[in-house]
Amino acid sequence: MQINLNGKRREIQEGLSIGELLRQLCLRSGLVAVEHNGEVLAPEAVDARVLREDDQLEVVRFVGGG
Amino acid sequence: MLPVVIAGVALRSRLFIGTGKFSSPAVMAQAVEASGSDLITVAIRRVDIDAPSDSTLSALDLSRLHLLPNTSGARDADEAIRLAKLARAACGTTWIKLEVTPDPNYLLPDPIETLRAAEQLVKLGFTVLPYMNADPVLAKHLTEAGCATVMPLAAPIGSNLGLRTRDQIGIIIEQASVPVVVDAGLGMPSHAAEAIELGADAVLVNTAIAIAHDPVTMARAFRFAVEAACLARDAGPGDRAVRARASSPLTGFLRDEGSA
Repeated sequence: MQINLNGKRREIQEGLSIGELLRQLCLRSGLVAVEHNGEVLAPEAVDARVLREDDQLEVVRFVGGG
Repeated sequence: MLPVVIAGVALRSRLFIGTGKFSSPAVMAQAVEASGSDLITVAIRRVDIDAPSDSTLSALDLSRLHLLPNTSGARDADEAIRLAKLARAACGTTWIKLEVTPDPNYLLPDPIETLRAAEQLVKLGFTVLPYMNADPVLAKHLTEAGCATVMPLAAPIGSNLGLRTRDQIGIIIEQASVPVVVDAGLGMPSHAAEAIELGADAVLVNTAIAIAHDPVTMARAFRFAVEAACLARDAGPGDRAVRARASSPLTGFLRDEGSA
């Protein structure tokens, strides 16, 4: 199935949790945050949240800024 | 030198550092170290999924630094609130530097959207440090909304023009009941010193350090300037006079006592 990840279509396995997807992308550790269908998730909520077809997922992190 | 206290947190240095525009994370980390600062600002952006590089912050010792995420890029209150929530989820801090800058040419903050966002973020439990134009009336409104500081601009972001809003910031300081942090546009250490001597509680500097030929040395220079200005304030400056007041005795050799 496909989801929209950071503005791009991406093929992922059925039944994947957001936490597992982050692990696959090597983004599980560190200062990242996730917005799932417009809802900002607490870090402890990502493992329980299962992705569905056409979900909107944004993964952000800190960059240099003033 | 007394620490500046923001929302109950004591910060030893009155120099805050922005982490954008450095040539590398390593140079940025060295400049932060040289500045003596214990508060740095950071921005929130999408991860590049196809090339997830190390975070900019990996070179920093985050155990001894307070992180102040910003809402840069937000053009209205809703976008700023969205970024604030993401920042809180990413690092757990409730502190947010609120920036709402719809105008891409001058990056001047939108006062109405900033106030609207501040009111909502305070209700959501955030500690809000708003970037604002140097408007004393707006500073009062933001303070009444529950902001932890006010952060008036010296000049447009990244302009290095110095304390162009000096008189207005003087009024904000005179009326302030929260710390006043002069943010944006300070281009040289003397500008930072001027803001602190005027009575600002702290200054936030990014571009002046980041784009200097030698950012680490420039960071040290800002540190010394801010410390010097703090010491001068603590020392209690003498009064000013229009006419000269001789520093050397006027009598005792060339002129007799009473004939000078």
